[in-house]
Amino acid sequence: MTLADLRPGQSGKILKINVAGALKRRLMDMGVVSGTNVSVEKVAPLGDPIEVRIKSYSLSLRRGEAKNIEVEATL
Amino acid sequence: MTNKHNSENQNNRAIKKSLTIAVAGNPNAGKSTLINAIAGTKLHVGNWPGVTVEKKSADFEYKGRRITLVDLPGTYSLSPYTQEEVIARDYLVHEKPDIVLNVVDATNLERNLYFTFQLLELGIPLVMALNMHDEARQKGLRIDAEKMESILGCAVIPTVATKHEGIDRLIETAIAFADDPGRHAPCAIPYGADIEAAVKTVLGDLQEYPQNNSNSLPKRWLALKLMERDELALKESGVPADAPFLTKATRHLRQAHGEDIEALMADERYGLAAGLTREALQKPEKRKRELTERIDAVVLNRFLGMPLFLALMYLVFSLTFTLGDPPMGWIENFFGWSGSILAGLWPEGSESLLKSLLVDGIIGGVGGVIVFLPNILLLFLAIAILEDSGYMARVAFIMDRLMHKIGLHGKSFIPMLIGFGCSVPAIMATRTLENRRDRLTTMLVTPLMSCGARLPIYLLIIPAFFPPVWHAPMLWIIYVIGILIAVVTAKLLRSTLFKGESVPFVMELPPYRMPTPKGVLIHMWERGWLYLKKAGTIILGISILMWAMTTFPGLPDRDTARFANERQAIQAAAAGKEEKSEQMASIENQAGEEALRYSIAGRIGQAIEPILTPVGFDWKIGTALIGAFAAKEVFVAQMGIIYSVGKANEESETLREKLKNTYTPLIGFCIMLFCLISAPCMATIAVTGRESGSWKWAMLQLGGLTLLAYVLTFIVFQTGTLLGVGI
Repeated sequence: MTLADLRPGQSGKILKINVAGALKRRLMDMGVVSGTNVSVEKVAPLGDPIEVRIKSYSLSLRRGEAKNIEVEATL
Repeated sequence: MTNKHNSENQNNRAIKKSLTIAVAGNPNAGKSTLINAIAGTKLHVGNWPGVTVEKKSADFEYKGRRITLVDLPGTYSLSPYTQEEVIARDYLVHEKPDIVLNVVDATNLERNLYFTFQLLELGIPLVMALNMHDEARQKGLRIDAEKMESILGCAVIPTVATKHEGIDRLIETAIAFADDPGRHAPCAIPYGADIEAAVKTVLGDLQEYPQNNSNSLPKRWLALKLMERDELALKESGVPADAPFLTKATRHLRQAHGEDIEALMADERYGLAAGLTREALQKPEKRKRELTERIDAVVLNRFLGMPLFLALMYLVFSLTFTLGDPPMGWIENFFGWSGSILAGLWPEGSESLLKSLLVDGIIGGVGGVIVFLPNILLLFLAIAILEDSGYMARVAFIMDRLMHKIGLHGKSFIPMLIGFGCSVPAIMATRTLENRRDRLTTMLVTPLMSCGARLPIYLLIIPAFFPPVWHAPMLWIIYVIGILIAVVTAKLLRSTLFKGESVPFVMELPPYRMPTPKGVLIHMWERGWLYLKKAGTIILGISILMWAMTTFPGLPDRDTARFANERQAIQAAAAGKEEKSEQMASIENQAGEEALRYSIAGRIGQAIEPILTPVGFDWKIGTALIGAFAAKEVFVAQMGIIYSVGKANEESETLREKLKNTYTPLIGFCIMLFCLISAPCMATIAVTGRESGSWKWAMLQLGGLTLLAYVLTFIVFQTGTLLGVGI
């Protein structure tokens, strides 16, 4: 399951980033590291990107990018 | 006694007369506000060498010491990602400031600390400004600054930059630490035992590595960066990414942890940041729904988000142009007044080249650009408010889906929108784009957003050739054509010249904050000043050139004498006063037409007529188009001169009449189409040249758009002629 599969209001725990290179580095620098909790807050009016809450701040990313982030759903 | 004396001496020697303090931190941590609070009006803005990223620095005296404050672009990490981050990283690594002032957002401790740990690794003495302390308190966050100090081993000063709290203590501390680097005892950032073992072997091997030329870089930091295969560190040290000792050192780590080394290190650093946050930060039991979330619930709402955004943009836009209108009039009047004062220095009726250069060339040309200053300042004011409040990030969030389709980032939307007003501030607004490919693409297509100066052309042409029911739809069609071409061109550029993966969107949505008037005004003025200074110098040059092209060579003496005779004849004739002035005006118009036809611009117009015929234009339109390069609306005035109707504007009925009698509606449409797409005005070209850092792009914009305009107008004219539409 990936971050893109979570719906607004759902949260999960990050397991792994399945992409290499600049995107991965950026994600990690922004706090998307394994073991971190993340919750999906909102979807943009046009359906993409999405807003997530991580490490007590708001991060937005495209669905295509969120697909590379493996999560396990939590309550 | 002697010992003490000695140590004092040493201290004295260590004290430097001038200090450099670099201010670094995450974006949105309040860095600018803090710097404004410290340096205020002493701040000067330039560009970092070689790039167009704003460099802000301030020199000031503090207790007899000369302090240079350097504002580094907001940075999330020292593994740089954006152009701004590369600048910050290079400055910190190579320039070695005396001290780093790390601005940390107290409401977002963990992610900010991730960067702090990277700064500490660099080994530059660090003082932390724990900023927005008041906001953190309001949220019920309690931060133990002393505990942070003792864990990190560097000074931590709580500040509220917006209220000037803690600023003096911050400077005092920074200076004290800079004077006595020994006081700086940062905690070693301990990575796990495996990584530490690898670091040790890399450090040992690095010393013996022949190509290593990285003696100026901090050793441990370099070892870590090399293990991460940081591209810049590899380049600087001369160590290839596949150096055997690196592969050996990291292979084991990868096998043991099943993750690449980059991820391991990020995990470790975030682990440390999380650990420190747990130690020093007390959160309230239950998180309150923050103001930002409540605002976003409306502003980013599925149904309300888009209309609200469009309404806000419309408001910004109409305010910019309605509020900007009166001061524009004042500036116009001022330049008109100074032109006539200056002209008054010469005896009436005298033909002086110097007078013409000063009044028509310089005052006319530069005035024509400065006249946009009120609009530009207001637009920059609006942008500064949108940026400082945090809404700009939401704009990107809302518009990204559309912009992504043409290969751009959501943030590209704002410059393109501003382009409907004026391309110059629009191109300057591309500064908010982090990715260079995105920025260049946006810059190149922005002139296709039909700007305000092109409106007079449409307003002249449309009523001349089309029946009233077609007026509004025609105008709309022209604007839509511009947008469509921009979309196609952007897509084309992103898949050819600026090919490359589209940049990840991954972007922080910062909390909304009330912009401070001081910060917003400083922001506005900095950019406004850059516009004046940069555009001003180049535009002055081009104005003189354009003036020369429409002035030289002057009419031969024979013709001048002929017109002079005719003038005298009228004066001498026994006609009424009104009749006389009418006749005089007609002579002046004829003289103007003759002079323009004889000038370089006129000759170019005539010379290029064969090229223009296939798109339906004659030399007169060609000459006016050359004039339009100075500023688009000049086209109308030039047509007025050529058609001998004197001072023409878009309301000019006589000119419309003449146009209607000379050209077909198809040609009218082609004129509009060509003016819409072709070479943007010189101010736009000048700004593109400056902002892109290379005249290459400005020339591409000029040539590419003109060629595109030619091809499209050709197709339209030929098809129209063939099908018999509008002839």
